[in-house]
Amino acid sequence: MTTNVLSVKDMVVTFDEFIALDHVSVDVAQGESFGIVGESGSGKSTLLRAVAGLNTFSAGTLTINGQSYSGRSRSKDFYRTVQMVFQDPYGSLHPRQTVDRLLLEPLAIHGFDNVDQRIMRALDEVGLGSGFRFRYSHQLSGGQRQRVAIARALILEPKVLLLDEPTSALDASIQAEILNLLEQARKDRGLTFVMVSHDLGVISHMCERLAVMKSGKVVETVTADALESRAFSADYTRQLMTASEGFRRV
Amino acid sequence: MSGAVGTDKLLTVEDLRVSFPTRTGVIEAVRGVSFTLGRERLGIVGESGSGKSQTGRAIMGLTPKHAKITAKTLNFAGRDLLSISDRERREIRGKRIGMVLQDPKYSLNPVSTIGRQIIETLKTHEKISTAEAKARTLAMLEAVQIRDPERVFSLYPHEVSGGMGQRVMIAMMLICGPELLIADEPTSALDVTVQLEVLGILDKLVAERGMGLIFVSHDLRLVSSFCDRVLVMYAGRVVEELPSADLSKAQHPYTQGLLNCLPTIGTDRHPLPVLDRKKEWAL
Ligand SMILES: Nc1ncnc2c1ncn2[C@@H]1O[C@H](COP(=O)(O)OP(=O)(O)OP(=O)(O)O)[C@@H](O)[C@H]1O
Ligand SMILES: Nc1ncnc2c1ncn2[C@@H]1O[C@H](COP(=O)(O)OP(=O)(O)OP(=O)(O)O)[C@@H](O)[C@H]1O
Ligand SMILES: [Mg+2]
Ligand SMILES: [Mg+2]
Repeated sequence: MTTNVLSVKDMVVTFDEFIALDHVSVDVAQGESFGIVGESGSGKSTLLRAVAGLNTFSAGTLTINGQSYSGRSRSKDFYRTVQMVFQDPYGSLHPRQTVDRLLLEPLAIHGFDNVDQRIMRALDEVGLGSGFRFRYSHQLSGGQRQRVAIARALILEPKVLLLDEPTSALDASIQAEILNLLEQARKDRGLTFVMVSHDLGVISHMCERLAVMKSGKVVETVTADALESRAFSADYTRQLMTASEGFRRV
Repeated sequence: MSGAVGTDKLLTVEDLRVSFPTRTGVIEAVRGVSFTLGRERLGIVGESGSGKSQTGRAIMGLTPKHAKITAKTLNFAGRDLLSISDRERREIRGKRIGMVLQDPKYSLNPVSTIGRQIIETLKTHEKISTAEAKARTLAMLEAVQIRDPERVFSLYPHEVSGGMGQRVMIAMMLICGPELLIADEPTSALDVTVQLEVLGILDKLVAERGMGLIFVSHDLRLVSSFCDRVLVMYAGRVVEELPSADLSKAQHPYTQGLLNCLPTIGTDRHPLPVLDRKKEWAL
């Protein structure tokens, strides 16, 4: 067996009375791409945020690269290893900063060299030319902002990427380019992904295994192949598969 | 209670242009968009940055102040939207035309609870008691499949999930019963089962109340199964218009390419095919 880069055991996250994560366990192997799908409000973002130290958890354990974490404090080194792309392109980028500033900042914090070259390459990789470099983020469309957020996470060359709906704001052509870019980066650098998406096609394309969540719980963990062969057991997974076929007027 | 019974053209857009002066030159976001809308579901798909949101914002009257906006015609139910007074515009906005913005959580007021904001919207447009407004707000949240309306009613925008934020925004726009709803990626953060239920609500409003719906989405599968017609945008223009059912017979190479780069369950294409964008598409 390969070692787990990320291991979450019986994690509980509450907001006042409300239980957002109810004993959630997830193991992700080194180099694996792990998907999370599930009901809106089921705790997918909360799980990624707890891993990244943006939410506290009140019970359970979290191990990343062999190191245990509790609470919210994470070292500077942690963010060199683990980067997150947030669900909301609008919320994750400061609107009054230029794209250049947004990309420069993490490079400066972590003492990278060749910053100019890295910024140009990162923009190029996400399909935004140099023309976007000195735009303010409020001058970008939804998908352009999302691509800046992806560039910003990749520019630090992390080992683990937490991706929360990374392509749901993108049209199919740009989505394909970003998914190819992510796959290539994973191959080249042995990255590990945890990826949330409501698009089962995207998850089955990108991931080897996935967890299905509902009401703060993982209802089942299956392989992506099981989706194709319909070898899953939870009713909710079946509902998702049926709904993913499109709208039916009744 | 629609304002234009009998006229089947709810909205006419002719040669709409939106541009932004910036320090490094003018950015032409929308470059001559034309279409009409009846009491139907019109889908808009298109490349990221092609001007879909700015088209919707121009109709809603939410174009940033410093932008330049022109059109030969921008007519809603007999009113010329570019020449009416600010007051009349405000009355139409929210009451007769609603827009679900692409960034719902960030277009809500961060320091006010969800419930308070929906009640406020309702009370600006209708003379009703707070108790009645609250009851209608809770009913609306429930209608958009929010599981625990009472809890969500008292949450602040940053405390709801991505998909809950979208549904809150939909609830807020539908509560006044608009004649035209512009929905900009309204369901992109919803899981597929909730997505279909929310679409079911919109569908009913179109079929039963005669609402006009502009549905901006990246989800081709959804647009082709839900909408009546689709506009395809590229670089600020409409490059193709089709009945949704014929999306697979699209002529424009951008549209054809789009359909071909979708990952699906059971197909194994690594890397995914990508578009070879031609300069002339953007002319
Ligand atoms: N800061 C907070 N305060 C109160 N409740 C919160 C907070 N953050 C999240 N929640 C609640 O936790 C639940 C899970 O939210 P989360 O954002 O993890 O859902 P999700 O699975 O990512 O949903 P979506 O697919 O809609 O983005 C929601 O009911 C939400 O209201
Ligand atoms: N305030 C602004 N200043 C300058 N340019 C802007 C501004 N707002 C938008 N733009 C530009 O206008 C173009 C159209 O933007 P719009 O938001 O309409 O795109 P979109 O089709 O909705 O894309 P997406 O699918 O990514 O949301 C984009 O290239 C964008 O960068
Ligand atoms: Mg989420
Ligand atoms: Mg947009």
